[in-house]
Amino acid sequence: MDLLLHQVFAGLSTGGIYACMALAIVMIYQAIDNLNFAQGEMAMFSTFIAWQLLQWGLPYWPTFLLTVTISFCGGVAIERVVFKPLKNAPVLSHIVIFIALFAILNSSAGFIWDFTIKSFPTPFGTAPLFGNGIISSHDTGMIAVTIVLLVLLFAFFRYTRIGLAMRATAANPESARLVGIRVGWMIALGWGMAAAIGAVAGMMIAPVVFLEPNMMLSILLYGFAGAVVGGLSSPLGAVVSGFSVGVIENLAGTFIPYVGRELKLTIALTLIVAVLTVRPSGLFGRILVSRV
Amino acid sequence: MARRNSQNWNNLRAALARPQVILTVVSLTIAASLPFAVKNFILFQLTLAMVYAIAILGLNLLTGFNGQFSLGHSAFFAIGAYTAAIMMDRFDVAYYWTLPVAGVVCLAFGFLFGLPALRLQGIYLALATFSLAVAMPQILKSTPLEPWTGGVQGIVIIKPDAPFGLQLSSDQWLYFLTLAVVVLMFSCAVNLTNSRTGRAIVAIRDNPIAARAMGVDIAYYKSMTFGVSAFYTGVAGALGAIVIQFVAPDSFTFAFSIGLFVGLVVGGVGSIPGALFGGLFVLFVPNIAEHVSKGLAGAVYGIILILVIYLMPSGAAGLVRLIVGKIARKSARQN
Repeated sequence: MDLLLHQVFAGLSTGGIYACMALAIVMIYQAIDNLNFAQGEMAMFSTFIAWQLLQWGLPYWPTFLLTVTISFCGGVAIERVVFKPLKNAPVLSHIVIFIALFAILNSSAGFIWDFTIKSFPTPFGTAPLFGNGIISSHDTGMIAVTIVLLVLLFAFFRYTRIGLAMRATAANPESARLVGIRVGWMIALGWGMAAAIGAVAGMMIAPVVFLEPNMMLSILLYGFAGAVVGGLSSPLGAVVSGFSVGVIENLAGTFIPYVGRELKLTIALTLIVAVLTVRPSGLFGRILVSRV
Repeated sequence: MARRNSQNWNNLRAALARPQVILTVVSLTIAASLPFAVKNFILFQLTLAMVYAIAILGLNLLTGFNGQFSLGHSAFFAIGAYTAAIMMDRFDVAYYWTLPVAGVVCLAFGFLFGLPALRLQGIYLALATFSLAVAMPQILKSTPLEPWTGGVQGIVIIKPDAPFGLQLSSDQWLYFLTLAVVVLMFSCAVNLTNSRTGRAIVAIRDNPIAARAMGVDIAYYKSMTFGVSAFYTGVAGALGAIVIQFVAPDSFTFAFSIGLFVGLVVGGVGSIPGALFGGLFVLFVPNIAEHVSKGLAGAVYGIILILVIYLMPSGAAGLVRLIVGKIARKSARQN
């Protein structure tokens, strides 16, 4: 029982990382109606920018704000420069562009900051939160930040005009344009927001996994899994299933004998596929009904 | 003089009426004479490019013609490669028998995977196939399978020599073998897509509801397309194993799936000859990028990729179609 509890908490703290990433993925999905494979690398690059600023002697919180701002601008710039000229290209071509961005960001981060592993500070401290050391104060801080982000995003999409306009753009660009929404800028805004959330996620994750150009690879996998299982239309679903992916991964590694540890990723993924075959739009996703 | 010119022009046009035929004959002639003109290493690379082209063609049948998105084809490639390697290494089966067997094994796997995939669409299907790709190297490395797969070490295969006492080096022989398989597989694909079955497959992509109303059995065709697509990729995997003479779990990661996907889009989604271009692209462009700059190879590759998509948003096949259309319109206007 003690082991189970311990593993659940350990799973929750890694799950927090996945939830952060899944949230960023769902955000951009809402804005551009597509999965962004370069999301993790964008977050990684932002985190490196933060690291550089810290190295230059800025205190943590100004760095935090500055990095989020820079990432936002960077996200908007990527949309304006790379995607706007291709807005009529087929969807599959867009996915190739994501892959290209992935390669560019990964390789230039390695080129600028090299591939050695760097440590990244946490603003929350690393002392265990409760006496038994199950969950550290950084993990708690990270989960809290994820939840705050989630609430802010929910409020943004639910109660502001721009949020509504962004949702309209993602749901039906043609009609949105007809009612006077500037669709192009809404998409750019979505990219900016996704990059900013990615930056926050990156800065929360980096103290745990350490900073290096490939830090996001496996996290992105789980982030995708969380986002899709939760249902890509639901930020809450992304967060909830991000946490559950972390817990399931940990429990499978501990309690399934023989192959559990080697194949814990496989087991988590098999579960995901099983969930998807039962609920094809994810656990929390809206089921789209189309009229013919 | 003018008359003769116009007669020549007519002859030319009559010949150009079947440009595909001419193009195929010309490129086959070039392909068949290449082994005697280039170095062994380049020949090896070209062989590998053709292997990739077969795998990309398999992916194209699924994604381009049937509209099912897959990021899991590295897994089928791996199953094909390992089937061939295990047959040759553990059971001493001749290499040419491994190709059909690998294909059939993958056909079964693909069909079975296609069944649950029936319920998934778009991004969700992408995730399911993506899981398959991510899981495959781990499964191949896992302890229960190690006696067969050799674990992390993989399996080394002996390179086959040219049969019937042909005066060919084994690289040349493998090139011709692969070329023959390419010709066979590509002509099968052309026939498949031009048949009644092919029209049903495309109809499902374009409008599943209308297709069902016309009496197309969607479940059967979708999972069967999955199977056939895996068959192609499996044969490519077996060929790849024979050509490289080595299989190891880490050659079949998710990155390989991404590579096949890039080849598909760059070559042209829904275009059969496009797969060949895709194969060449996937093999040579990363090398070129590395040549330009070692440290920034990934960035150079990414920029090349973006430029290619800028130039031809619908792939090489799309560009060719555009140019041919322009020429046709111009000549029509002149008449």
